[in-house]
Amino acid sequence: MKLKNQVFSLDGLDWKILRAIQENSKQTYSEIGRQLGVAHSTVYDRIKKLEKNGVIKKWTVDIALEKLGITCITARMTVYTDPKESENVAKKLSEAKEVLEVSLSLSEELLIIAKVIARDQDELHSFIAKKVAPIQGVLRIRTSIITKKIKEERFLIEK
Amino acid sequence: MTPSSSARILRTLSRKNAFYFFTSVGNYTGHRAMSLEEFANKIREVETASLEFHLYRGDFEKWADEVLEDREITERISAVKLLEPIGNALRDQLDFTVTKRLEELKTLNS
Repeated sequence: MKLKNQVFSLDGLDWKILRAIQENSKQTYSEIGRQLGVAHSTVYDRIKKLEKNGVIKKWTVDIALEKLGITCITARMTVYTDPKESENVAKKLSEAKEVLEVSLSLSEELLIIAKVIARDQDELHSFIAKKVAPIQGVLRIRTSIITKKIKEERFLIEK
Repeated sequence: MTPSSSARILRTLSRKNAFYFFTSVGNYTGHRAMSLEEFANKIREVETASLEFHLYRGDFEKWADEVLEDREITERISAVKLLEPIGNALRDQLDFTVTKRLEELKTLNS
């Protein structure tokens, strides 16, 4: 891995390792090494470097909440903001535990798009009415409740 | 009712305690009322869909009771709800009810 113009340049093996752990991060260094035809110590060294340099941001887990009897609704909230306040609105939204993602979008107006989670529609509305609408700079809010997820994948490394 | 209690109901509220008008779950219109007087004005401005959404959820009564702390207007709004008005009939009835109460409070306060 080499740093050039603040961007890390990975070699073919780094990419293959990333792809392997993206598909199944529970694999051992030996299993990945066997698949790729390299020593497990090589895999270990490469992964440690990727972690140290922040290419691998975190190791996490995808939990099936419905198996635990936890039901919740997800919504996409589009917040129209006063351009002068948009950074502050985005920061405030990011601090809320109900908000899973916050992105800025520049279309005809400056928008903040956020993914929100709540136990039910009442809780969702209450959060938006009490915590989001009162934030300085919020002009309007449009919310779509997601009723069915057809596909959800992370970007898959193709190299 | 004393002038001080009417003044309290007529006070200007913080952003946190303002009434925010939505048309459905999570869809905020951009209209908010930071006092009873602003609330009366907004009833004439917002879409009737927003008035219907809040009236039948009990949001107006909750705000009037818990934030403005005016039992009288809370009961009058409940009475409007019992008539099940929709559209402009709802707007007219709410406008009449809230404006009348606003005038009573202003008179008491003067």
